Amino acid sequence: MRRLKKLRDYIIEKMIFISGIAAIIFVILIFFFLVKEGGSFFGEYNIKDFIFGHFWYPASDSPRFGILPLIAGSLVIVVGATILAVPLGIMAALYISEVAPKGLKDLLKAGVEMLAAIPSVVVGFVGMVTLVPVIKTVFGIPTGLTALSGCIMLAFMAMPTIVSISEDAINAVPWNYKEGALALGATKWQIMYRIILPAATPGIIASVMLGIGRVIGETMAVMMVTGNAAVIPSGFLESVRTMTATIAAEMGETVRGSSHYRSLFAIGAVLFVITFIINFIADTYLHKNKE
Amino acid sequence: MTDHNGVIRTEKLNLFYGSFRALKDVDIEIAPNQITSLIGPSGCGKSTLLRVFNRMNDTIEGVKITGRVYNGSEDIYHGGTDIDILRRRIGMVFQRPNPFPLSVYENVAFGLRIHSFPGKSALDGIIEESLKSVLLWDELKDRLKKSALNLSLEQKQRLCIARLVAVRPDIILLDEPCSTLDPMATLKIEELMVELKKKYTIIIVTHNMQQAARVSDDTGFMLLGELVEFGKTSKIFTSPVEKKTEDYITGRFG
Ligand SMILES: Nc1ncnc2c1ncn2[C@@H]1O[C@H](COP(=O)(O)OP(=O)(O)OP(=O)(O)O)[C@@H](O)[C@H]1O
Ligand SMILES: [Mg+2]
Repeated sequence: MRRLKKLRDYIIEKMIFISGIAAIIFVILIFFFLVKEGGSFFGEYNIKDFIFGHFWYPASDSPRFGILPLIAGSLVIVVGATILAVPLGIMAALYISEVAPKGLKDLLKAGVEMLAAIPSVVVGFVGMVTLVPVIKTVFGIPTGLTALSGCIMLAFMAMPTIVSISEDAINAVPWNYKEGALALGATKWQIMYRIILPAATPGIIASVMLGIGRVIGETMAVMMVTGNAAVIPSGFLESVRTMTATIAAEMGETVRGSSHYRSLFAIGAVLFVITFIINFIADTYLHKNKE
Repeated sequence: MTDHNGVIRTEKLNLFYGSFRALKDVDIEIAPNQITSLIGPSGCGKSTLLRVFNRMNDTIEGVKITGRVYNGSEDIYHGGTDIDILRRRIGMVFQRPNPFPLSVYENVAFGLRIHSFPGKSALDGIIEESLKSVLLWDELKDRLKKSALNLSLEQKQRLCIARLVAVRPDIILLDEPCSTLDPMATLKIEELMVELKKKYTIIIVTHNMQQAARVSDDTGFMLLGELVEFGKTSKIFTSPVEKKTEDYITGRFG
């Protein structure tokens, strides 16, 4: 009997260990694959021309693989989405945890979680049929497939992450800080602004970074509403193309092992590095918050 | 005399947490520029009574109050009192020191920033004066910009008093302010209270009967929500009128 129990413990322990290791191995394999396919691309194409080149003509007779327009496209979308999502997200988190009455609070929390569960194709599709025509008529431009549409859709997708993690950080601010401020005659708004926000800042920054991390890798929703022109944009009302959309759209058309094929992996590697850095920053702040 | 801002008087005060009656017909009159202590066994309603005076019970759901509470001549529950201003006038120090997660300077400046917005130089002056009045200035004058969370417990509690003093209240309420401190720190806070009563009315809840006997001028003994006996501290501790008071201070229960 005891033997059996020991055996069971042993098996369970090993299984947990293997699952953990498997997760790490997958990440390493993906990384390895990216480096192999993407890295070999840099053997034939200058890395500087790749990152700073202005022209993305991968299929022409003398192909050019400059991804600056794609980086710029991703950047415009992410920055715009951040500008929209961060203030809204933080205010929503404050409202949910500090202002909303109990019943509404639970309802809103459930709603935010549901938002996070909507598949991005669905978000993109809804944006395409509702938002894109609105933008077209409001700004009187020939097409509503613009960077702005992408920003709005991505802000929408980053919000659940920002709201729910900020809300946790705000909830974690100890009651006795608020009690002390109340006893000094501070109003609800003064307490939020002067005590709660500063105390929750590390967690809020982490939520923003994770939200950005989520949208930077987002593909479908952006591809469906931004128009996908690989040109460095000069404003939010122009069509842009992101790195992720490029990979998704062109992977099917390339010949396996060709320069074009491998250049897409190189884009993947660049994305990987960017996302890694952002997650790393988010993690640092999350840990700071716990201390 | 009763118009004095440092006076608190209750008439037939009852407080209910839902259907539980935590205070029963309490009539008390607290004198200005004195230290009044509230003693009694755990759960008798000392903190509850203290929190009536600055309306902190308003933050708890389901609390109902009947009777009258006057601060000076103002009925603070029926007179259209502005709660934020009331709480500036009647400050509170808590059992666990709770400085804000801000710098020492910003902790003391907090009340001023939310109530009066003085200029920078006036602010510096008030902060120095407030820290001096709690005897923290010499210790902390070089650490004003450092976080208040790294101070010792005693320093934190003094800082919490300093941030009240900065907004010039009339009354300071202290709920077991020394219960997390060691005996030396406790004595120092007691000395500070005696110093502060020259300017402020002080009401302290304490479990420590020696402390009540040492520092207070008046003492109230509470039991199961009732104010059993109230009077001069010397009288309460030497010749109490009520049998229950005598039993408590001689340690027969509680
Ligand atoms: N928020 C609340 N909701 C319901 N009942 C409460 C609440 N706060 C206190 N009580 C009850 O009211 C009574 C008085 O509590 P109070 O905290 O005022 O006692 P106390 O004399 O300060 O006790 P202690 O010495 O332990 O601090 C107790 O029976 C307590 O259980
Ligand atoms: Mg108490």
